[in-house]
Amino acid sequence: MSALLEVSGVSVTFDGFRAINNLSFSIGPAELRAIIGPNGAGKTTFMDIVTGKTRPDAGRVTFGERSISLLGMNEARIAREGIGRKFQRPTVFEDQTVEDNLILALKANRSPWAVLFWRPKAADMDRVQALAEEVGLGDQLHRKSGELSHGQKQWLEIAMLLAQEPRLLLVDEPAAGMTPAEREQTTALLVSLAKTRAVVVVEHDMEFIRRLNCRVTVLHEGSVLAEGSLDHVTRDPQVIAVYLGRG
Amino acid sequence: MGDGAGPRSDGKSKSFFAQNPSALIFIAFLAAFTLIVTLLSEAYGVGFLSTSFVKTLGKTLCLCLVALAMDLIWGYAGILSLGHMAFFALGGYMIGMWLMYARTEEIVVQALAQGGLPATPEEVSQGIATQIFGVVGSSDLPAIWAFAHSLPLQLLLALAVPGVLALVFGWLAFRSRVTGVYLSILTQAMTLALALYLFQNDSGLRGNNGLSGLQNLPGLGDASQDLVSVWFLWASALALGLGYLALAWVVSGKFGSVIRAIRDDEARVRFLGYAVETYKLFVFTLTAVIAALAGVLYYPQAGIINPAELAPIASIYLAVWVAIGGRGRLYGAVIGAAFVSLLSSLFTSGRLPDIPLGPVALNWVDWWLVILGLAFVAVTLLAPKGIGGLFDRFQHIRPPDRKGAALGPNDGALQEQEARE
Ligand SMILES: Nc1ncnc2c1ncn2[C@@H]1O[C@H](COP(=O)(O)OP(=O)(O)O)[C@@H](O)[C@H]1O
Ligand SMILES: [Mg+2]
Repeated sequence: MSALLEVSGVSVTFDGFRAINNLSFSIGPAELRAIIGPNGAGKTTFMDIVTGKTRPDAGRVTFGERSISLLGMNEARIAREGIGRKFQRPTVFEDQTVEDNLILALKANRSPWAVLFWRPKAADMDRVQALAEEVGLGDQLHRKSGELSHGQKQWLEIAMLLAQEPRLLLVDEPAAGMTPAEREQTTALLVSLAKTRAVVVVEHDMEFIRRLNCRVTVLHEGSVLAEGSLDHVTRDPQVIAVYLGRG
Repeated sequence: MGDGAGPRSDGKSKSFFAQNPSALIFIAFLAAFTLIVTLLSEAYGVGFLSTSFVKTLGKTLCLCLVALAMDLIWGYAGILSLGHMAFFALGGYMIGMWLMYARTEEIVVQALAQGGLPATPEEVSQGIATQIFGVVGSSDLPAIWAFAHSLPLQLLLALAVPGVLALVFGWLAFRSRVTGVYLSILTQAMTLALALYLFQNDSGLRGNNGLSGLQNLPGLGDASQDLVSVWFLWASALALGLGYLALAWVVSGKFGSVIRAIRDDEARVRFLGYAVETYKLFVFTLTAVIAALAGVLYYPQAGIINPAELAPIASIYLAVWVAIGGRGRLYGAVIGAAFVSLLSSLFTSGRLPDIPLGPVALNWVDWWLVILGLAFVAVTLLAPKGIGGLFDRFQHIRPPDRKGAALGPNDGALQEQEARE
């Protein structure tokens, strides 16, 4: 199986501090992967590199069958290639309705002229309705998203990601601020999403990771410390020393 | 109404006016206003309104149009440009060149015809150049006047020159991701540089004399200013009405949604796949062209244009109008521009009597700016939605205010305090 995303030998330095150090990582086209690691390990920075927010000093990042390099592209271009990202804190456009948020995310031509003349077709509105229902917001379409609860915003953001139809989904700490019931729903959703696309989940919560039941990559000081099943990595003495040992 | 993003029906698309009731109301008001002013004018009505007041009203409509442009770039897209009155004035200069050239041409041809022999083209163009540029000690027509003889070409330039300037400037600024107050300063620097350049006598636009006599329309014989003032009122009302409809259409669709999203969180918009810088450039250039169009209609009514019109303060006033009227809603910008600029011409006209306050007297001309400044601060602090916010009161639209309580019914919901971090 050839990889969808291939990161090799990437390093990033912030003011002399090596946040990412010769990191290599790859994920297949329909795979679920969890990334764990202590605070400051470089998990968010890793996502910043893949999505074009941060330029690495060295290394390669390639994507897709033709292994195109993502390094010369800006954030918008990378997103259009099919990489979606969910941030740690829910970021929806609070001043706009749930429907507006979903329409913004809906897969469509993103050029200003095309957007200017875009008008919703019945199929688009059906899709918006279906997406909203999928995350339990079916009856909230005309509410301003700023009025939603924190959990509902998380769900709206997930629906927006689905609307983009990305081939690779990067999810930063999805369980933060969710109730146990919502966490369970989230794991189920992530697992089912990974059947048709690549999903990378960054998470602190071990219970959450266990339920994802997937390969785990442990990051530490900007590079990969261990990789394998959760049981495998939690038995790794290095991992125990730097991460689990500290609780 | 609110943000101009009316509720969309599911699947079926409603008519434009059903989605934008404020546009219909606005057009009705504008039509009624134009009709009433016409009926009260000297030329077509009972003569209750003086011609100079009709001109003031016509100019006010042009200011409302440029305020609409400012609202799109600032209120919707979140870019506080302090350069849009420069685009407005540039449009004025471009149309002023034709007005002055063509009018002078008529005078020169007439004068030469009295000599008996028909004048040669060289004599005519020499005469025009001497007439126009005598004040700056020159008798040659500068190269930038090459198209001044042609109304269509000069009209084209009136929109194209500000448009291209905005495109180039915006491309440089947005490409390097200059945002916020730095961008405002940059646009202000552009305005200042342009003004200083035009102040020079060899700028080719008569230095600080500017262009004058613009109220005389060439080719109309001696149509009285009474008539001309009403014609320009009509043209200005038409431009404002069409501008309003066009912008209401732009902001009510997905494009409006994208630019408001850029205003609120541009990084997030990038990760959705939208080229934020291209959108900003698009809006910057579009609004510059609208501002230029407003200038084209304004300066023939003002009669004169000089580099002082490009002073950065003019663009700051524009921002103040929009802020007082209410950002992010088109009718707010129009109300702000009309209300404040009319008040401003009242207070600075010198016709209001001073108010004696013991040893000093309150002189309105001097104190108007202070009053305006205080009003601006008060609006910013106390009523950020401006005058337009009053309309929300009528419709009972209130922002969510949970008094610090949890943001939703769920146990996992953040507190309002937390969410604001
Ligand atoms: N823009 C930045 N400038 C300077 N240092 C940064 C920047 N972004 C991240 N860092 C540093 O890089 C390290 C990795 O951060 P991050 O990727 O956010 O870690 P986490 O694994 O907790 O998500 C941290 O020490 C952080 O302080
Ligand atoms: Mg992080």
